Amino acid sequence: MSVLVFIDHSEGQIKKTSHEALSYGAALGKQMAVPAEGVLLGNVQEDLSSLGKYGIQKIHQLNQESLNQLDAEQYIRIISAIAESSGATVIILSHTNTGRAIAPGLSARLKAGLVTGATELPQTVNGFSVKKNVFSGKAFCTVSIKTPIKIISLNPNVFPVITGSGAAEIIQENIKLNPSAVSIKSVSKASGEIPLTEAEIVVSGGRGMKGPENWGPIEELAKLLHAATACSRPVADAGWRPHHEHVGQTGIAIAPNLYIAVGISGAIQHLAGVNRSKVIVVINKDPEAPFFKSADYGIVGDAFEVLPKLIQEVKKLKGLA
Amino acid sequence: MHIMKILVCISKTPDTTAKIAFTDNNRKFVTDGVQWILNPYDEWYALVRAIEIKEKDPSAVLHLVTVGGADYDVVIRKALALGGDEAIRINTEPGDSFYVANQIASIAKAGGYDLILTGKETIDYNGASVGGMLAALMDLPFISLAAKLELSGDTVTLVREIEGGEETVEVKLPLVVGCQKGMAEQRIPNMKGIMGARSKPLKVVEPVASESLTEILSFELPPAKKGVRLVPADNAEELIRLLHDEAKVI
Repeated sequence: MSVLVFIDHSEGQIKKTSHEALSYGAALGKQMAVPAEGVLLGNVQEDLSSLGKYGIQKIHQLNQESLNQLDAEQYIRIISAIAESSGATVIILSHTNTGRAIAPGLSARLKAGLVTGATELPQTVNGFSVKKNVFSGKAFCTVSIKTPIKIISLNPNVFPVITGSGAAEIIQENIKLNPSAVSIKSVSKASGEIPLTEAEIVVSGGRGMKGPENWGPIEELAKLLHAATACSRPVADAGWRPHHEHVGQTGIAIAPNLYIAVGISGAIQHLAGVNRSKVIVVINKDPEAPFFKSADYGIVGDAFEVLPKLIQEVKKLKGLA
Repeated sequence: MHIMKILVCISKTPDTTAKIAFTDNNRKFVTDGVQWILNPYDEWYALVRAIEIKEKDPSAVLHLVTVGGADYDVVIRKALALGGDEAIRINTEPGDSFYVANQIASIAKAGGYDLILTGKETIDYNGASVGGMLAALMDLPFISLAAKLELSGDTVTLVREIEGGEETVEVKLPLVVGCQKGMAEQRIPNMKGIMGARSKPLKVVEPVASESLTEILSFELPPAKKGVRLVPADNAEELIRLLHDEAKVI
């Protein structure tokens, strides 16, 4: 019996979401009085034994260069094999693009009940149940997993990274790779930008910004706050901003600690993508904008007057002015 | 010549603007007054892309499949009004994702489909699981979060979203694809489509034996927001102070 945490990485770095998943897995292991272990496919720069600081006892590594890129079928097969050989009874992943690619297949292969988008540690005293988001962030539900092996994918930014001390034992796995059915032709990663789904702060602009040429202050504020930039659907559809910045019902759903919406009226479809944000700030010149009803803080005012002042104040706060 | 067979998995969900409330000790979603729609990811991205493929290759066969009771027929007709040759409804209460994937797998295996498309997730349960499970049950490749799909013979080129970017991949048919924004543009059914949909076959088949691996115990609504705290437009300093000292988010 153990908890096995899948550790995702990109460009040689372990993802922040995996640090959260490791902390979550270790806390669950403690709760269930079983060891917590990790599995990493490919390799990273960091010394894996240092992951012991999260309370992880062992790291299973399959150190193959080709596994540094997502190969869902291969990942599913290898994680299943390691889960079986290590006696894992709970598998933890992050509900990210990688998690979405592999968790369902893992569930079907192991016939292990899956809860995606978990928001809390499971209740394990009486059965095994996990809370997750449903209705695009408008509600939660508690789901019971009835199978001997359980799989949970954890929502990003809902569980804190908890560190202590300790060193993990590294176990080099030896599993033969199959030829891949999916051949990767090209990969493009936005370097230097903070991925939207991982960002703790997001600054977002809507139609109220009037045109793509006016995005300077949004980008400047985002940069000062180490935030990602986002936009509403009309802005992406008009081509003012790239589609991958579109947050909302049909775009990306995010849950940062702070979401600053500038010139966005707050249509229900937009809210569906951002309502899991911990704190929402709305800046809009229309006091009747529906977004104010969902906001924690608001300023009724012209974005082009408010933004420069906010930038100035953030600079002061950061000791830059 | 090989005739291309496409299967699009569709589901019904409450309209985006539906009021979310629960009853029966928070165990049931209140459906009174709820407008049901075709799950937007299934409709705008999976179904419309399949229709585009069929428009380019009219010999292609396009089937729709759903798992649900007779109350699903309304959204199935709506889907058929957009396009597709026929629909199959597996007549059972949809259990969890694994149960639904098993039901669809039985239809998909028997039908010998080349391309199986799903939306990336439903907007009600947000499971994002049926496509990946279906692929694993059928031993087919699964491309999640696909934003583009081009066919050339039996080779499919897809652009899919990965961590921090996107990736272009090539896969041979058959495969399962989870579709999202970028795949196709939303369409509105025209009168000809709506009239035509009435005479398209809607086959009702009985479920195969399967089980759910999970069960929903209860629902709850998030705590209500306290209400917005407005800061005067000329006092940016106060907003930054509140975010720093009170909310502690910057």
